[in-house]
Amino acid sequence: MKQQKQETKRTLKEKATQALGISEADAKLSKSYMSVAFLALLIGGFLGLLQGLERAGLVQMPSWFTYYQVLTAHGLLLVLVLTAFFAIGYFYAGLSHTLGGVLPHVRTMAWIGFWMKIVGFVFAVIPVLMNDATVMFTFYPPMAASPLFYIGLALIVIGVWICAFGAFINVATWRKQNPGKHIPILAFFATGVFVLLFFGSIGVTIEVIMLIFWSAGVMETINVMLSRTLFWSFGHTLVNIWYLTAVSAWYVIVPKIIGGKRFSDTLTRVVVAMLVITNIPGGFHHQIVDPAMGPALKYMHVFMSLSIAFPSLMTAFAMFYVFERTGRAKGGKGLFGWLKKLPWKDVRFLAPFIAMVAFIPAGAGGIAQTTNQLNQVVHNTMWVVGHFHLTVGTSVILTFFGISYWLIPYLSKRVLTPAMNKVGVIQTIIWTVGMFFMAGSMHYVGLLGSPRRTSYTTYGDHAVALGWDPYMILLAIGGTLLIIGVLIQVYAVFHLMFFAPKGQTEFPIAESEEPQEQSPLWTDRWGVIIALMILVIAIGYVVPLTDLIVNAPPGSPPIRTW
Amino acid sequence: MKIHRYEKIWLALSFGIILAFMLIIGVQAFAFEHAPPSHKEIIDPQKVDVTAPFDNPGVFQTGDNEYEVVMTLQAFGFTPHEVEVPAGAKVTFTLTSKDVIHGFQIAQTNVNAMVVPGHIQKVTQTFRNPGEYLVLCNEYCGIGHEMMGMTITVK
Repeated sequence: MKQQKQETKRTLKEKATQALGISEADAKLSKSYMSVAFLALLIGGFLGLLQGLERAGLVQMPSWFTYYQVLTAHGLLLVLVLTAFFAIGYFYAGLSHTLGGVLPHVRTMAWIGFWMKIVGFVFAVIPVLMNDATVMFTFYPPMAASPLFYIGLALIVIGVWICAFGAFINVATWRKQNPGKHIPILAFFATGVFVLLFFGSIGVTIEVIMLIFWSAGVMETINVMLSRTLFWSFGHTLVNIWYLTAVSAWYVIVPKIIGGKRFSDTLTRVVVAMLVITNIPGGFHHQIVDPAMGPALKYMHVFMSLSIAFPSLMTAFAMFYVFERTGRAKGGKGLFGWLKKLPWKDVRFLAPFIAMVAFIPAGAGGIAQTTNQLNQVVHNTMWVVGHFHLTVGTSVILTFFGISYWLIPYLSKRVLTPAMNKVGVIQTIIWTVGMFFMAGSMHYVGLLGSPRRTSYTTYGDHAVALGWDPYMILLAIGGTLLIIGVLIQVYAVFHLMFFAPKGQTEFPIAESEEPQEQSPLWTDRWGVIIALMILVIAIGYVVPLTDLIVNAPPGSPPIRTW
Repeated sequence: MKIHRYEKIWLALSFGIILAFMLIIGVQAFAFEHAPPSHKEIIDPQKVDVTAPFDNPGVFQTGDNEYEVVMTLQAFGFTPHEVEVPAGAKVTFTLTSKDVIHGFQIAQTNVNAMVVPGHIQKVTQTFRNPGEYLVLCNEYCGIGHEMMGMTITVK
């Protein structure tokens, strides 16, 4: 009797939390992150359109705002701001929901991180607008930007670190209060993402600090290859961080939206752990055609990069397993009958589903670029840009869009109306078609030899270069569709944030097929996962970094070539 | 931990694909010498013009049907910017940069390498078909990046 009473009490409490939803303070935090993310999408999207049109030879950028300035700003806004702000806003909402609220001091940390990143971004963007930092988002020395640009980047990284440590504190406190329990799966994903954000950015932070002193004239020269290698220890990890963020929604959210159950809890945790452990040396494949590193070292790194493909292939299985199972449970018959039972008209499913499908060619393209000889064919060509727009621009961003259709109303205590759902479906289709044309033509023209990060040129009307032009028109058409998609998406986000009808929206977290409690506890030992990760980083980087430092050429002074 | 039988098959296939890739890459790189350009030799990036062989860039015959093209890259061009080699000859490009990082790509061939200041890069190619090949810089190097191109004439 007493027990029963307690149970009713608990459900009442649960019901209360459900009815109240996220606390006002946590919602405000995540909404602020989301607002910045989608404003960045709006501005960055327009800059992207300008690039596409200029590259196709349709527009000529003026001398006071050059193609390369636009490209630098486009990259910063979409690569740094949109993705980072979205991921942090989403995971902090997830921590708040699954751990029973963000701790007050952690929330303060997240706000400090927020403003630090904003200030950092303003610092970085001022010299870009003044044409004092037209160095691209890879900022390879010895091309030297104004010191303000690097100081801005450093502030952004520190802001991200503060958010990461906030998340660690929140998770650790929850574990102390819930001994013997598993970290809730979304918080587990968040931990993985923040671990990668912190450890992955250590190398680039060292680089950026050196660049600050060097561009300010305190240090005379810089070790170019060392800088480049430190940059790439972070560069690809960042991409995989967005990917892991998207994957968290595929594993945890999507099954609930289609009315199914989550894939094996243990295997999900293993996939996260593997992605964290193998990730950081994966960026080395950006240096396959670099000098100063021998073929044997590069061969080892091919293996290190390829190993990231393994957890991704596991994910592919997990996703379609869940789809088929759910479809069959709903009465889908035959080999493909279950496909019909999936909620195709629900944007919260359609967008992430297309994102996953896009990852099939995107992942295959990634494997191609990882391998020695194939990389040599496509390195620094438009193929790479196409790959990036397929992986990040489609697989990751479309998932983020799908998330926004339930996360924003959840945060603003509003609802997704059928009309807005339809808008979302139309947006998804426009985005998909736009990316198909744009990324598709980029891949193809890259195979024909067209270089990346180059404004319109025919190289003196060389026949080979002229042959690229028709594909550039396709690229511009894709870009135009994408800007329409951006406008619809930004409208949808702010409508859902401020104007949609009031109501309750659920944070959709699927239950696991096998109860979470049955997973072995070792899967939650972050200490072990981090130790393994550091071991793998050491295998990948100790030898080349030592070699680059010991056998360094005389350094390079700062050079301005724009 | 229970793993479904189909998943075991899938995982074995995944692992097999990765192993096959590694095997093919290894054989190509080490048995056929198709490893990517990975030359290890350093140079003072501010003294390229007075350091051999870059004090005298150009095309040199180094053996029977073998040539070496010594070339410097700088914003925004290649020196020499016109090169002529016979078809079927083995041509080794010896490259370095005098300023920032550049790319060295011969369109529609597999020649593609990074040229980093302070380092000497080498890449070898046999041009089987005569024609005029387009060489371009594929790493953003400044405001005139799109103008950084040249041709190799193969006769």
